[in-house]
Amino acid sequence: MGLTYQSTKATALKDTFQIKKNPGQYVIALAGNPNTGKSTVFNSLTGLRQHTGNWPGKTVVNARGEFSYNDDEFILVDLPGTYSLFSSSVEEEVARDFICFGNTDAVIVVVDATCLERNLNLVYQLMELTDKLVLCINLIDEAKSKKIEIDAKGLESELGIPVVLCAARSDIGISDLKAALYQVATGIIKPSTNVVYYEGPIEALLTKLNPILMKYAKNINPRWLALRIIDGDEKLIESIKDYITDEDLDNIEIILEENKLAYDKQALRDSIASTIYNKVEHVTKTYVKNSSKKVNRDRLIDNYITSKVFGIPLMLLTLALILWITISGANYPSSLLAKFFFGIEGKITIFFNYIQAPDWVHGVLVLGLYRTLVWVISVMLPPMAIFFPLFTILEDLGYLPRVAFNMDHLFKKACAHGKQCLTMCMGFGCNAAGIISCRIIDSPRERLIAILTNNFVPCNGRFPTLIAISTVFLVSRGKYGILPVLSVTGLVVIGIAITLLVSYLLSKTILKGIPSTFTLELPPYRIPRIGQVLYRSIIDRTIFVLWRAIIIAAPAGVITWIFGNIYIRDLGIIGHVAGFLNPAARLIGLDGFILMAFILGLPANEIVLPILLMSYLSTGSMIEFESIDSLRRILLDNGWTYLTALNTMLFCLLHWPCATSLLTIKKETASIKWTLLAALIPTGVAIIVCSITTLIFKLFGWG
Amino acid sequence: MLKLHNANVGSVVTVKDLTSTGLLRERMLALGLTKGAQVEVVRRGPSGDPTVFNIRGAMIALRNEEASMITIS
Ligand SMILES: Nc1nc2c(ncn2[C@@H]2O[C@H](COP(=O)(O)OP(=O)(O)OP(=O)(O)O)[C@@H](O)[C@H]2O)c(=O)[nH]1
Ligand SMILES: [Mg+2]
Repeated sequence: MGLTYQSTKATALKDTFQIKKNPGQYVIALAGNPNTGKSTVFNSLTGLRQHTGNWPGKTVVNARGEFSYNDDEFILVDLPGTYSLFSSSVEEEVARDFICFGNTDAVIVVVDATCLERNLNLVYQLMELTDKLVLCINLIDEAKSKKIEIDAKGLESELGIPVVLCAARSDIGISDLKAALYQVATGIIKPSTNVVYYEGPIEALLTKLNPILMKYAKNINPRWLALRIIDGDEKLIESIKDYITDEDLDNIEIILEENKLAYDKQALRDSIASTIYNKVEHVTKTYVKNSSKKVNRDRLIDNYITSKVFGIPLMLLTLALILWITISGANYPSSLLAKFFFGIEGKITIFFNYIQAPDWVHGVLVLGLYRTLVWVISVMLPPMAIFFPLFTILEDLGYLPRVAFNMDHLFKKACAHGKQCLTMCMGFGCNAAGIISCRIIDSPRERLIAILTNNFVPCNGRFPTLIAISTVFLVSRGKYGILPVLSVTGLVVIGIAITLLVSYLLSKTILKGIPSTFTLELPPYRIPRIGQVLYRSIIDRTIFVLWRAIIIAAPAGVITWIFGNIYIRDLGIIGHVAGFLNPAARLIGLDGFILMAFILGLPANEIVLPILLMSYLSTGSMIEFESIDSLRRILLDNGWTYLTALNTMLFCLLHWPCATSLLTIKKETASIKWTLLAALIPTGVAIIVCSITTLIFKLFGWG
Repeated sequence: MLKLHNANVGSVVTVKDLTSTGLLRERMLALGLTKGAQVEVVRRGPSGDPTVFNIRGAMIALRNEEASMITIS
């Protein structure tokens, strides 16, 4: 989870193959299988705080950082995880193309010490591509506790590249890594990689192609290039064509014609892959000793977490527990903050009176700007600052892939991708982050479905609204019980159900197709360093909310106040607009003010509730809302019923995505059409669902 | 012909061949599902699908559709 305003700004890697560097600067790429700790190594080397998480696919946007060593500067690029260089997904292609065509001076390949066999496959592939390679065997702390012993020196001479053992999370081995990297990047050490040799006929053909391709050795490894020409990686050949002269291309063509291999392309790829893995098997047998006892802690845990009986109930229970902690935990800081800031408001007002400022100045600055800020900070911030770190702990534990695993059969029935579940989890933090994370889904059809439906997961900006309303309507004064928890949990479940339904409908209509392939790696459970997670993510959330408060909530507060107080005849503009919207809003069980607040809340969901309150207050009776409890009075005074509360929450859950999300969708799909649909579909769903509840309430005479 | 999705939970089987093509085949090869690889069937999901396999030391979940493209012995 976790999108800060920084990561939304990051540009896709495709645009940044060539990284600007000055003399004395070196560009270093961090490659490796997913979830091996690349981002952790990145953070440890650079001192930055790139998001990490215990599931494969966490990093989808490349990050850059710098560090210096011996007066030289290193520009580090954190790449998305990839299983191989034969790209089968966009991320893998990005990673590969960066290593092939970017101006990297060295590559650090980060591997998981507890799963070396699978990881070394990529190492061997990389060794064919470049010899400026440093092998970082990460997670040795875990390997130790699993009684796995690795002979680093042995591996080093076997592979021919520097090998460093690391536990990046505790900065172990990082200085050795820097030293090795320095030597490789600056050319003090020239590794001579011991690559894999393939079956006879393949090697013979490679030898024939070699003389032609040697000319390009400066830019690209000839052996690797020859291999790709033989196995006919079309996309790659297309991009290589620009580098190679027509004459040479013709000569290559002739050699290939004269020396047709007895394999077809598929058999060739099989043979190459098998040869590498056979080699890797042999290497791991020689240099890795595994003397772990048979009982596996993770499997014992998974017996419950992913069991038929407990799997899904445990999931709901976990969600409810998180919400319970959030609701009961946010209550106290919320009222404290509110008391504090509204106390200050009184003083500011006295000051304004003292300097005899005109009423409208006081109105704009205090009743508009200040109050909105205070509302966002005191009501919206505490739940976010609690929910977000709790979720991050779950993420670090390795729980999210299990959720995806448990839920997969439902997504399969909806003809959607199992990893959509992971993107929804990211959406809990921020829908824009969720939408970006959809890149982990390879198939374009299913990726679009995931993007279009991500909004049905309430993000951190909407949770506080849901919590506030359900608390107001389901709690007897001052007591925070279990009912609001259940209702918000219920809303999340409704959101998931609607996601599945809409995904299904999309699959049957405009995004027809069958579910594509699904491979999901379940990482080991890891104990999060709770203190650090809490500290970091609370700070993270707080900065995020404060930033949004400044750039969005403050101006929104000013505008709302002005519109509420410019009178046309005897009613403020807001009153007129609300009056205009009212008939339509009534049909879906809301009122004109609520609908207007949602419309004005387009830039950010956090401001919907503050805008609504201010609109109510600017027309109706003026109440000082120094405590959260007065929220109840304001709403009741404005004619709220259970239906209004329910439908406001449903509308909040289901309505159009916020502007940031829409912009992200535009960027990710590069299509106005899909962006429009991403706005229209949820709007339609929200209207339909709210009409139904309204109808039901009317039928039973409750409303 | 025996397929991976029919293998019993707890059994260890050997990959004979893949019937998948294109990107999926590439992905399977990358995960280490090459001829002769040992695969342990670890557990099935709440509704019997997907299934977790231990492939070269990593826990990988595959849907039945994918597992059925792996012939084993
Ligand atoms: N115990 C231990 N855990 C680590 C270490 N390094 C990383 N981790 C944990 O491993 C998980 C994955 O780390 P990331 O840095 O996000 O991995 P990544 O390779 O960037 O993953 P992707 O971006 O998904 O490819 C996180 O939960 C880290 O906290 C380590 O040295 N020891
Ligand atoms: Mg990462």
